[in-house]
Amino acid sequence: MDQEESYKPNVSRLELFLAFSRISLSSFGGALYWTRRELVERLRWLTDREFVELLTIGQLLPGPNVLNLTVMVGHRFGGLTGAAASTAGYLGWPVLVVIGMGVLYQHYGTLPEVQRALAGMSKVAAGLLLATVIKLAMVLPRRWRPWLFGVLAFAGVGVMRWPLLWVLGALAPWAVFAAWKETE
Amino acid sequence: MDRLDLGGLFLHFMLLWFVAVGGPSAILPDIHRYVVDVQQLLTSAQFAEIYTLAQVAPGPNVMYVTLMGWHLAGWKGVAATTIPLLIPATTLTILAGHLNERYPNAPLIRAIRRGLTPITIGLMFAGASILARAVNHDWRGYAITLLTVAVVLRKTLNPLWLLGAGALVGILGVV
Repeated sequence: MDQEESYKPNVSRLELFLAFSRISLSSFGGALYWTRRELVERLRWLTDREFVELLTIGQLLPGPNVLNLTVMVGHRFGGLTGAAASTAGYLGWPVLVVIGMGVLYQHYGTLPEVQRALAGMSKVAAGLLLATVIKLAMVLPRRWRPWLFGVLAFAGVGVMRWPLLWVLGALAPWAVFAAWKETE
Repeated sequence: MDRLDLGGLFLHFMLLWFVAVGGPSAILPDIHRYVVDVQQLLTSAQFAEIYTLAQVAPGPNVMYVTLMGWHLAGWKGVAATTIPLLIPATTLTILAGHLNERYPNAPLIRAIRRGLTPITIGLMFAGASILARAVNHDWRGYAITLLTVAVVLRKTLNPLWLLGAGALVGILGVV
């Protein structure tokens, strides 16, 4: 390990809270871009390589990737209280904002104009999610087995509407075992 | 709303987050199944509206569960849907951070990642299709959804512009 990688700046709980507040409040439409910009480019708390490694672990774990990254960065610089400070910064403000939206939705959600605007936006929101999935599916290897697992998961949960836990219980061990055999 | 079982909601969300490899979009189908079909707390259209509103807010996309909690039961609802989100993230992540420093390239971890990725994508596709069916009632709606897909796949654009365009199209009564 060279000098640059083991370098670990001193970061206070307050700095963690403020940095993740800034990331969270600027991340309209996806937090990843802003997270890297703040942690790697602006504050230089992490190198690019460290950032990618933490993100990969975050993707492997259950839960939202960037939240997992937030917890890991907080924990790295400030232990458990550091993790709490960064998480509070990252989730606290959006929670307040959506509650504000919830209040407005309860008051004005039934107005015809609001209904029509929401109806138009929700068609776009469905398209945004669909496009994200298509982009992600591009990274799958062009072999039949990964696609079979993908189609089975879609069919079980999206078409048959079976509970997710049953579908995962049936597919996940089989899929992990198959991937394990392939790497051997 | 005396049908609302907040404890049940809390437990169901917690279970889901422990298996939510791939993030909030992978469990969207099951949240929809539980809240709309099983418990009948929201209509499919309300579910889609809440999801959409949360996309406009800053912060992670997962905030739709918080907004749903608020809509169902105020602060208690927020706690019931948001706290489960934190528990796997904090416990498992801190644990995995330790393991990763000790065994950086364990083959089992690689096999889990490679095996689960296609399943996650299938689940996210299920979520997108459920959402598309909840919000679209005729060909014009599907046309807007598909137009959005085409734009996003070709251009890098802040999604807020597209959502704003959708609101405008809705207000003007095109769809």
